[in-house]
Amino acid sequence: MSLEELRGKAAIVGVGTAGCGEAHGMTDLEILSQAARAAVEDAGLEMRDVDGLCTANMGAALWPLNVVEQLGIRPRFVEGTNIGGSAFVAHQLQAMLALAAGICDVVLVCYGSTQRTSPFGRKERTEARNVLDPSPYESPYRPFNPPSSYALIAARHMYEYGTTRRHLAEVAVAARQWAQLNPEAFAREPLDIETVLNARMISDPFTKHDCCLVTDGAAAYVMTRADRAKDLRRKPAYVLSNATGVWHRTVSGMQDLTVSPTRESAERAFAAARLTPADVDMAQIYDAFSINTIMALEDMGICPKGEGGPFVEDGAIAPGGRFPVNTNGGGLSCVHPNMYGAFATIEAVRQLRGECGERQVQGTNTVVVNGNGGNSMASQSTSLLATADVL
Amino acid sequence: MQENDRGGAEFQYHNALREGRFVIQHCDGCGLHVFFPRVVCPHCAGTSLRWVEPSGTGVVYSTTTVRQRAEKGGDYDVSLIDLDEGVRMMSRVEGLPPGEVRIGMRVRARIIEEEGTALVVFVAEEQQ
Ligand SMILES: [Zn+2]
Repeated sequence: MSLEELRGKAAIVGVGTAGCGEAHGMTDLEILSQAARAAVEDAGLEMRDVDGLCTANMGAALWPLNVVEQLGIRPRFVEGTNIGGSAFVAHQLQAMLALAAGICDVVLVCYGSTQRTSPFGRKERTEARNVLDPSPYESPYRPFNPPSSYALIAARHMYEYGTTRRHLAEVAVAARQWAQLNPEAFAREPLDIETVLNARMISDPFTKHDCCLVTDGAAAYVMTRADRAKDLRRKPAYVLSNATGVWHRTVSGMQDLTVSPTRESAERAFAAARLTPADVDMAQIYDAFSINTIMALEDMGICPKGEGGPFVEDGAIAPGGRFPVNTNGGGLSCVHPNMYGAFATIEAVRQLRGECGERQVQGTNTVVVNGNGGNSMASQSTSLLATADVL
Repeated sequence: MQENDRGGAEFQYHNALREGRFVIQHCDGCGLHVFFPRVVCPHCAGTSLRWVEPSGTGVVYSTTTVRQRAEKGGDYDVSLIDLDEGVRMMSRVEGLPPGEVRIGMRVRARIIEEEGTALVVFVAEEQQ
């Protein structure tokens, strides 16, 4: 079965989030369960209908088992690929295949983390991971990761293409302006370019505002076959295509710091969806750092290579701009519980349904979602989601 | 590297560094250099990887300054260095303030000891 044959064969029919921001006293699995229940309920289904599971987590190696036990489900299809935060976009292909093959009927994709408020928080988790998954040729130089790896990428992009810190700041400000329209967003206080530029430097050229939030949060969505989707209670968001590129692990292994695997994933995703970048109404991009948005716009072909900086100038991706990006506020201002891919997907679905209130972009029929993973844009997964009008 | 030819590539690399030698690999199968050290060539999947001493010179491909409070040791450089042999490695450029390290700068390797570990760092060529 080719990727093109899977076009529109599955849809996202339920979405749910829980514990976004701070979920005091809760565990990863508890907020994941809340999000999963919300997503299943949103779809008009029961938890017992779930017979497929896609999930991953940065701590537990056997995470899908923790989740099936927690939810009390016995899925016929289980998928636990972890390639970083892009995983929850990349899981769509596996779900599409399993659904198309009739191996299962209802796939739950879910994630949850309380890295912000948990006593075993982000710092402790990072230290533990460094022991279990060492990086012997990088760690002696003490890169402050993930920021330093993305900072190296940004510095090279600035050197080759004249991208400026002001361009990066435009991304952070646009994200914040969208977040101000989103009651679920964590960071909603006003932010301007000068504030970004003058903030505390973390790893040059990034100030703290170029870096994603550290929050808690859980996200879940439900996929089923297109024929079943149209009879469920919500307007389906059809998955036209999904493709993933995986090129390296560490920033030292990234061949050209100005080109990410999005170039490959987006090319395959657009081809299979029979769409071009000019056909999409908006983008939901995993903005781990401000440079992610600029490079994803380039590598997806929304703008030419090297022109991502000028593209985002003058509020072009902010509310009221010519090309909406990250309408929930993104990882920079809405929510970032370590892995963000499911949240980007869910915002795309909500925009396609037209249920985003103040931040709703009218006439949204096609959304490109780009997931980012690893400490250095190592994995990228691109999906094209659309309403029935585009099928 | 006869004296240290036991163990895998990572083990042998660190042994050589401890003895004061910075080595990378050369693949006799495809003629390319390889870093970080491996047991299978990432270019041609060959296994004829031979240790060689690189010229030690290269150019800064990208650089960042990690900001750190003075009481914790202050700011420091993290750079990616393209060796003249065509391989890239993470390292640190020393001998000048971290904010003055520039992409394109010619640098030369030296081995230092830090927290009991032998480490390859670089200095700007004009500082030699
Ligand atoms: Zn070779």
